[in-house]
Parts: sequence; C-alpha cells; structure tokens
Amino acid sequence: MEKAKITVKDVTKVFGKSPKQAVKLLGQGKSKSEILKETGMTVGVNRASFDVYPGEIFVIMGLSGSGKSTLVRLLNRLIEPTSGQVLIDDEDIVRMKPEQLREVRRKKLSMVFQRFALFPHRTVLENTEYGLEVQNIGKENRAKKAQESLELVGLKGYENSFPSELSGGMQQRVGLARALANDPDVLLMDEAFSALDPLIRKDMQDELLELQESMEKTIVFITHDLDEALRIGDRIALMKDGSIVQIGSPEEIMTNPANDYVERFVEDVDLSKVLTASHVMKRAETLRADRGPRVALQLMKDKGLSSLYIVDKKQKLLGAITADDAAKAIDSKKEITDILITDLHTVTPDTLLTDMFVKMAESSLPLPVIDKADKFKGIIVRGAVIGALAGNETESTKAEVN
Amino acid sequence: MQLFPKIPLADWVDSIVDMLTDNLEPLFDGITTGIDWFVEGIVSILAFPPAIVLIAIFTILAWWSSRWPVAIFTFLGLMLIDNLGYWDPTLDTLALVLTSVIISIILGVPLGIWASQSDRFRGIVTPILDFMQTMPAFVYLIPAILFFGIGMVPGIIASVIFAMPPTIRLTNLGIRQVPEDLIEASNAFGSTTKQKLIKIQLPLATPTIMAGINQSIMLSLSMVVIASLVGAPGLGADVYRAVTQIKVGIGFEAGLAIVILAIMLDRISQNIGNTKK
Repeated sequence: MEKAKITVKDVTKVFGKSPKQAVKLLGQGKSKSEILKETGMTVGVNRASFDVYPGEIFVIMGLSGSGKSTLVRLLNRLIEPTSGQVLIDDEDIVRMKPEQLREVRRKKLSMVFQRFALFPHRTVLENTEYGLEVQNIGKENRAKKAQESLELVGLKGYENSFPSELSGGMQQRVGLARALANDPDVLLMDEAFSALDPLIRKDMQDELLELQESMEKTIVFITHDLDEALRIGDRIALMKDGSIVQIGSPEEIMTNPANDYVERFVEDVDLSKVLTASHVMKRAETLRADRGPRVALQLMKDKGLSSLYIVDKKQKLLGAITADDAAKAIDSKKEITDILITDLHTVTPDTLLTDMFVKMAESSLPLPVIDKADKFKGIIVRGAVIGALAGNETESTKAEVN
Repeated sequence: MQLFPKIPLADWVDSIVDMLTDNLEPLFDGITTGIDWFVEGIVSILAFPPAIVLIAIFTILAWWSSRWPVAIFTFLGLMLIDNLGYWDPTLDTLALVLTSVIISIILGVPLGIWASQSDRFRGIVTPILDFMQTMPAFVYLIPAILFFGIGMVPGIIASVIFAMPPTIRLTNLGIRQVPEDLIEASNAFGSTTKQKLIKIQLPLATPTIMAGINQSIMLSLSMVVIASLVGAPGLGADVYRAVTQIKVGIGFEAGLAIVILAIMLDRISQNIGNTKK
C-alpha cells in the first residue's frame, strides 16, 4: 500500500472547561449528546482516524454541526486537538513547537476558506503573495510566483483589482491562487465552493479537477453537498455528530452504505451521476479484422448476436458489423473491412451514466467501451443501465467485468 | 452618628501625592522640561510664517483630506480669527491640542494594541480608562500643579489624561473587530503574531483607530478652558478672563475661535481616517 501523506489517529476535539474528562467519557462509550447533557461540553470531533494518500482528493462530508469544519482545522492546528495525532509526512504536528508549526503551514499546508477570507485592503496580487510574503521571500520573486498562480486559475489581468471589485467565483479563484502560490503539498479546502451559486460552483469543481490533473496535490475537501462530494472525491469520509461513519469511494458509499444514516443520506442521490460505465459494462465478443465475413456470421449465430465488434491485433477497436451486412458480404464476396461501421459512439470506463444517455439514444448498437489507448473493454447494453439505476446489482455484471 | 469612623481617604491621597512629589521630583522636572520644549517648538514653528501662509497651508490640508466646503470653511474661519485678533492665542491652543494628541497617540496606540492582544491587560486597563474619563477633569489639575508647576505643561497633562482613553479603547476595538476568518487565513499561512498585526490587523483597524484619535482631538479641545485655570495660555485663557470679568462680547469671540478650530480639526482628522480605504 502506498504511504499516506496525512495520517489522522484518534483525533478528538472537545470544547468546554475540562476537555480531558470528556475524552475519558467518550472512551467509556458515551455519546455526544450524553456528554453535553452531563457536563455541558461539546464534542466537536470524536476519535477520527483516517489516511489521506498523495495526489488524492479526500472529501470529508457531513451536515452542518457534524464537526467537519472543526476536523479540517485540526489538520493545521488552527484549532488545538484535545487528544490524538495528526501526522503529515510522519511528523506529528500536534506536538510541534510554534516555529515548526509555522514552517509546516508556510511550506506544506495551504487553506482555502468558505467565505474566501481575502484581505480587503490588499490587491489581488498582494493577496496572492501573502503566503510568500510572510516567508520573507523577495518582492520580485514572490510577485513572479503569485503571477503564475493567478494565471493558473485564470485571473490574469486582475492583479491590481481589489477583492471587493470581483464576483464571488473570481474571489474564490483568488483564494485558490493564494493557496497555490507557495506550492504546498496539501490543500485544505473548507467548503470552498459552498458560498458560490450552483452554476459557478460546478465550473469551479471542473476547474479544480482539471488543475488537479497536472498539480497532483493532496486535497482535503470539506463539503455538506453530497453531489459535490461524489463529483470530485476520490474517497469520501462521511461524518455525523463528530464521528466518521464511513470512508470509501463514491461508488462504495452509494452502493453499500455502512448504516442507516449513510443510506438515508444517499437515497435521494441521482445514481446516474455516480455510477460509471465500468459499473454496468458487459463483456462482449470481438473478432479480428483479418477474419472473413463467414467466420463473423457463424460466431454471431452461435452466440445469438445481431452485431459484432471488430478489433485489430492489439485489441484496438476498429468498428462493428451487423449480421445482415455480413450475410450480404458473403454473397458479394466482400471483406469485413468493406462493411465496417466506423462512426460509432464510444465511452470510456469512467464515463458517468448520465453522460451516456444521449449516445445510447442515438446509436442502434450497444455502446462500446474503450480505454485511453482505444482498446476495447466491453459494451453497455440498455438493460444493465436500467438495472443499475433501479439499484439492483446483477451478479452477472460483476462476474463478467474484469 | 457613624458606625465606623470616616475613612481618611483624602489624607491618604494627600500623603501619596506628597510622597510622589518628594521622591520623583527629578522625573517630573524632566517631563516638564521635555513637554515645555516640545510645545515651544510647535508654537515657534506655527508662529514662524505669517498668518496668511499658515491659513493657506490649513486650507490646502482641508481641501486635500476632505472636499472644498471644508476648505472654504477653514479659510474663512481662520481669516476671521486673525481679523478678530486671536491669532496668537489660537496658535497656543493649537500647540496645546497637538501636543496632547501626539502624546495620546504615542502612549495610546501601543496600549490599545497591547489590550487587543491580552485579555488580562484589557481587564486591568478598562476600569482605569473609565476612571480617567469620569473623574471630573478639574480634579486632575490639583496634583498636576504640584507635580508640574503652573503653565502649559499641567494643562497638557490633564488634557492627555482626559483625551487619551478613546484612542486606547478604539485601537483595541478596531483590532478585535478584524473578522475571525481573516485572522484564521493569516494564521493558516504561517504568519507570526507581529506579521499578523502589521500586515492585517493594524491596516484593517486604521479607520477605527482614526476615529479614536479624532475623539481624542475633540476631547483635548474641550479641555482648553479648564487647562487655562492652571495657567495654560491660549483661547481658553481668554474665555476664562472674559468669564471672571463678565465680558460677554470677548467671551463670545474667543469661544467662537475655539469652535472654528474644533470644526476644522474634526473634519480634517475624520476625513484623513476615511480616505485611506
């Protein structure tokens, strides 16, 4: 297994007069509400443990009051943990002295805030430079880095504007640029897109994913929006009452909720926006292009198929033929390549169901699934898609794929 | 018929003041000399150019910091003061106010910053500020005479005690009012306390701090008549003399000069705080 970038071990935060005592009570199995009733102390985060791996987007999701914003602040110690460990590259930041902690915050961790938290008296460029400025990096050098970072988020030309002159979406781009300027390993994003309206939010999510392709930062993303979590998360941790209820990939969470709470949470979600082609894909017969139409027709008859996918030696998809065309080809002595249908709609294994409906409607043949190298992986048939959306997983699907 | 004998508070205060006068005389003398030198400096600078030049300077300052109505008011007001023959006492008063305000800023802003950083210090300083502001200003004059003699200096000391609290209070308030998420952001990027203060908190608190300084200016102006009781020269002395001799006309003229000075200083200082946005 890959080495974790961030390891959180049994981290607890209790707000109140004698937090250590509350930690003991938690150890005895008392719940958050019992502790509040008995001692008047509020449990923010209850013994959370998880690993975040380099280059992944780890989403922490929960409703308001679930402790997710507290949890992310424990990772850079904006809030002091009551107990537990937070290891970043194997260094426990909970035990660090203030100078060491500052160094980690300056070099390794950056944060993006829900309400942007831009400094109103500084220009966009000066805001972006802030993280470099506190490291006493020279003026020219930091302006150059800030400039690059602003270009990355598409804000070239706004360097001398003030935050109040920008729209919400643009302000958060400044927030993102500021966080990226000191080239941190880890980005902590606290409900970074929640204050934006839905369309802008979706754009920002897309842009983050696009940036992530090239940056490969480790991102801890906090959200209360399940759709957002499912869209951008490589893995999702679900929180309730300060505890982590389930950690898993979006598909695992959707198809296999750990308990009633998670199930209720996910029941209204549009499955077509979560499940991917690989989930509903079926194995399909293929034939090499150098075989004759007679072989093709025989194969289709044997398997009861009306069409067949043609590949080259490297399993690269060339096209498809239908049984009717194959029969005519035999009569007129044509080759398979002469009757090949090449203008097929294709999808990739990670295409979401929601993105393939139009293609399915437009093509008479099942949709072929190909990977990045155009290699044929399988097909999508309508029945399997409908079955998956209805929530019943066909065992055969699972067995056949892979 | 008293259950307990009267607590000899007055005697205690007297003996404390006696003790201070005896033991700290060199210190008080030093302060007196220093402030005297400073005020004399300001007066001689103000009095160096002819009145019309100074009027022009103030008019330009008013025009630069505010809009033209304030500039016109400043020009006409100062011309009137000169015309009525109160130019020299006005300069004395201006010097007294400026000195008090400068001392208030030099002491008050750092104390306000300290109060904003430490809840304990704020807890100590708040009741002291209440005391300074509510104790009748006349009462300060008595020990001020004992410590600093008669003249401009005890007047300035009394003014500072009365006028400094708003600067301390509003500096503290302005820094504490900086939104929590900006402080978080500043911390999250690894700022030291000093960097946070200089780069984020003080710039954002500036309008509030300027409001405090503006209040200090107005309060020290309100002290000019009281300061004249201990021999401070200026418009206050003219008002005081008019009162003792029941001369309504002269009292009005000198009072009007104070009002003109007050409005001018208020508008200029207020707008300097607001233009820096």
